Amino acid sequence: MTEPRKAVALISGGLDSMLAAKLIKNQGVHVEGINFFTGFCVEGHTHAIRASKQDKPKRNNALWSAEQVGIKLHIIDVIDEYKDIVINPKHGYGTHLNPCLDCKGFMVKKAREWMETNGFDFIITGEVVGQRPMSQRKDTMPVVARESGAFDRLLRPLCAKILPPTLPEREGWVDREKLLDFSGRNRKPQMALATEFGFEDYAQPAGGCCFLTDGNYTRRLGDLWEHRGDKRYELDDILLLKIGRHLRPRPHFKMIVAREEGETNFLQGYRRDFTHLFATSHSGPLVLIEGDVTDEDLLLAARLTARFGQGRSADQVTVEIHPRAGVSRALHVSPLPPNEIPESWYL
Amino acid sequence: MSHHQLDARRLLCPLPVIRTQNRVQTLEPGDTLEVICTDPGALYDIPAWCRMYGHEVTGTEQTHDELRITVRIGSGGG
Ligand code: SF4
Repeated sequence: MTEPRKAVALISGGLDSMLAAKLIKNQGVHVEGINFFTGFCVEGHTHAIRASKQDKPKRNNALWSAEQVGIKLHIIDVIDEYKDIVINPKHGYGTHLNPCLDCKGFMVKKAREWMETNGFDFIITGEVVGQRPMSQRKDTMPVVARESGAFDRLLRPLCAKILPPTLPEREGWVDREKLLDFSGRNRKPQMALATEFGFEDYAQPAGGCCFLTDGNYTRRLGDLWEHRGDKRYELDDILLLKIGRHLRPRPHFKMIVAREEGETNFLQGYRRDFTHLFATSHSGPLVLIEGDVTDEDLLLAARLTARFGQGRSADQVTVEIHPRAGVSRALHVSPLPPNEIPESWYL
Repeated sequence: MSHHQLDARRLLCPLPVIRTQNRVQTLEPGDTLEVICTDPGALYDIPAWCRMYGHEVTGTEQTHDELRITVRIGSGGG
């Protein structure tokens, strides 16, 4: 008996990549999944951090979907390599700071390298023609195949029938007749196929597979870049953008204010790296400060810290200030009244 | 057969799984790895990953702010 052909499936955690992997597995191909962690992936980070949401533990959708399909999953950390994609996308950004076309090209390229190293034959993705405005158009799909170096070893089983035959189809490794012709934004065919395969409770991210399609998130990222003077970031920076209220009361400093206990606990882990404040006379949030601050700035930050805690209506609140370098001290301040906090401070 | 520890505290999902996966690749069948983490998502993710590769979760301990998940390495590799 000949060895089955081997395919590596890009698994995002969404329904489409699950369906694509299952379709090919059902044809007798040996399929393994690959998932790339960029740092922006829509994972349960907010969920993991917020105390109020810890009733049921959050699963990793990519792992969950691979298990449903019955394949192994390899999760690869691409945080550092991915920076160049976010910072300098050759094909530009979509509606927000999402470099979808470059991102797809990058992920398929990484999958192609993995395929070559591990002796696999082809790559599959859950892409559907016309589903996403930037990366899943009939004219951009060949761009991904070409720029990734995967060429015709890249198969999109959900829409293969409306695309030119790829190597696995021409060689008879898969039966083209059993592939699909999905196109456009209508999700009904995918949902019907999910029912047929018995997939339930799958993730349906609203905007896309990552935070770079989220306008609120990318506004904060844009602010970070603007005030740093360049488009650098570290993993901690992009995680912190997901947590708490972010306010920029002055151009040279920003405050991250925990919204509840779980966020306070999480931010505790960053105390050594940031000047931070919290009220001691009343309960309230932990606040981190990013930027170089003067005494006058700290007074304003202390009044804001008081504003976001239980002492918001008190005459005086005691706030402890712990500079990143230097000696801690306490200030007795009056909470900043809401009408003195302009909307424009909120990021 | 040896026992190993992996500190994955403060890492958020899926980094504890990625670190576990990479560490398991350096271990032998029968070895045990205790993963210490703080993201409760690991309670789902690490066992799910182990099921996929034929490793066995032999113990889970949960304290106020930490989780300790012990994995016995199977012969399926990482
Ligand atoms: S939504 Fe995010 S992860 Fe998905 S293709 Fe676009 S940039 Fe990449």
